[in-house]
Amino acid sequence: MTIIDIPKVSGDDGDTGHLEELRSDPIALMQRVRDECGDVGEFRLADRQVVLLTGADANEVFFRASEEELDQAAAYPFMTPIFGEGVVFDAPPERRREMLHNQSLRDKFMRGHAETIAAEVRSMVEGWDDEGEIDLLDWFAELTIYTSSSCLIGRKFRSELDRRFSELYHDLECGTDALAFVDPYAPIESFRRRDEARRGLVELVEVIMDGRRVAAGRQGAGEDNDLLDVLMSIKHPDGTERFTSDEVTGMFISMMFAGHHTTSGTAAWTLIEMLRNPDVMARVRVELDDMYAAGDEVTYQALREIPNLESSIKEALRLHPPLILLLRVAQTPFEVRGFTVEPGKLVGASPAVSNRIGESFADANSFDPARYIEPREDDIANPWNWIPFGAGRHRCVGAAFAMMQLKSIFCVLLRDWTFEMAQPAGSYQNDHSKMVVQLAQPCTVRYRRRSS
Amino acid sequence: MHRSLSPAVVMTWQIAIDIDLCQGHGVCESEAPELFEVTRDRKVVALVAQPRDQQRRAAEQAVKYCPTRALKIIDQEVTP
Repeated sequence: MTIIDIPKVSGDDGDTGHLEELRSDPIALMQRVRDECGDVGEFRLADRQVVLLTGADANEVFFRASEEELDQAAAYPFMTPIFGEGVVFDAPPERRREMLHNQSLRDKFMRGHAETIAAEVRSMVEGWDDEGEIDLLDWFAELTIYTSSSCLIGRKFRSELDRRFSELYHDLECGTDALAFVDPYAPIESFRRRDEARRGLVELVEVIMDGRRVAAGRQGAGEDNDLLDVLMSIKHPDGTERFTSDEVTGMFISMMFAGHHTTSGTAAWTLIEMLRNPDVMARVRVELDDMYAAGDEVTYQALREIPNLESSIKEALRLHPPLILLLRVAQTPFEVRGFTVEPGKLVGASPAVSNRIGESFADANSFDPARYIEPREDDIANPWNWIPFGAGRHRCVGAAFAMMQLKSIFCVLLRDWTFEMAQPAGSYQNDHSKMVVQLAQPCTVRYRRRSS
Repeated sequence: MHRSLSPAVVMTWQIAIDIDLCQGHGVCESEAPELFEVTRDRKVVALVAQPRDQQRRAAEQAVKYCPTRALKIIDQEVTP
């Protein structure tokens, strides 16, 4: 059998390959891989080859592959300094699955989460004047620190956090320069800030843990225990605590990571796209006003039946997927579309590219929430190309939680407030200089209290 | 004109599970507790091989709200 070489994309700079392009314009690079090479093409990050798969057939092979064929552990070298050694991505596959599949994401907890999230949004807008301006990146990043900490760790822990936590967390997220594929500890400013931010978070958690130790001695302790209390109650045989503040912080960072910048960015893009498309915004408002008029509060069941808002969120996710490149490492010779990927190579799938494939999505670059309404249902019809949450066995376990959270946020925000763009519509853009994609600043909008 | 007599056809239905896609969220269990259970290793199992028509509505809700789209209803024609 002849082995056919995987086609290579143009633009290799002869030094670190396509690393600099990945650091500046990753979507253009990935789109060019598809345009020049088709469903399977290769680019290079220093001494690592990355085989990029796009299109339904190749994506299905990618997403159906087992952990033993395509491993996630070594694919994200930029996460280890953020989580800390020994947390999540250093654990064996079985343990990792267990840890990632957080109990708090199961359906039976969702009802409570819907109310918690609505309450967090209300408390954030409580401080607003009748009109003003917010920065979408800062505002949603802070909100989603509170919602995710409250739902995943506990309300008690959430009540012990303030803005400092979300600012440090943001520095962590900005410490995901693709340079980490060469050296995750390279002497650059964003990595220095990342490490400083992690130390700062450990200090904040340490103070909270001190408070818990003092409170534990008091009467009535243990009445509303959260995950932090549980972790602190686990002891070595000699009675000392099993987990250090560094380890606890690492666990919390990793639990919150997948759901933070992703939800925050999607909330911002949903609002931006609704402001760019006033007819869509109008339909969503009618839908929500009807829901409230029917006497429904923001409940789990009510949130399930708001198709216009849900479709707008899905469309924001399709056009602006928070994760633009999903990576694995081939463990065995991996067959895809007639090619063999050698073990050790990185294998990627790109939501940013596949979500806009014209054969699957008519008028693929336009914001058209109607594509999700029956009978079109573009997302269901194209399960391997509509991949903002990935797909298959590794599909984002937090997807249902994320959708519920986003709907909950807009139900509260759009009830009492109207919004308008505070800068030209085309000037809202993502910053792609880091692997964690964030909205580029400035990204401000004006809010105004609705007249009743 | 002579029409050939076709045998009477009965419609039945079954639930297909794509176990690769199941992540054990337990939505189906909430929607249709008679039909589904999520086991301790967080995978769904069907509790009955041949669900009854009265369970159809609950099964449809489970299919609709399954967050990973792991369930499908398959209608079949059966010749008795």
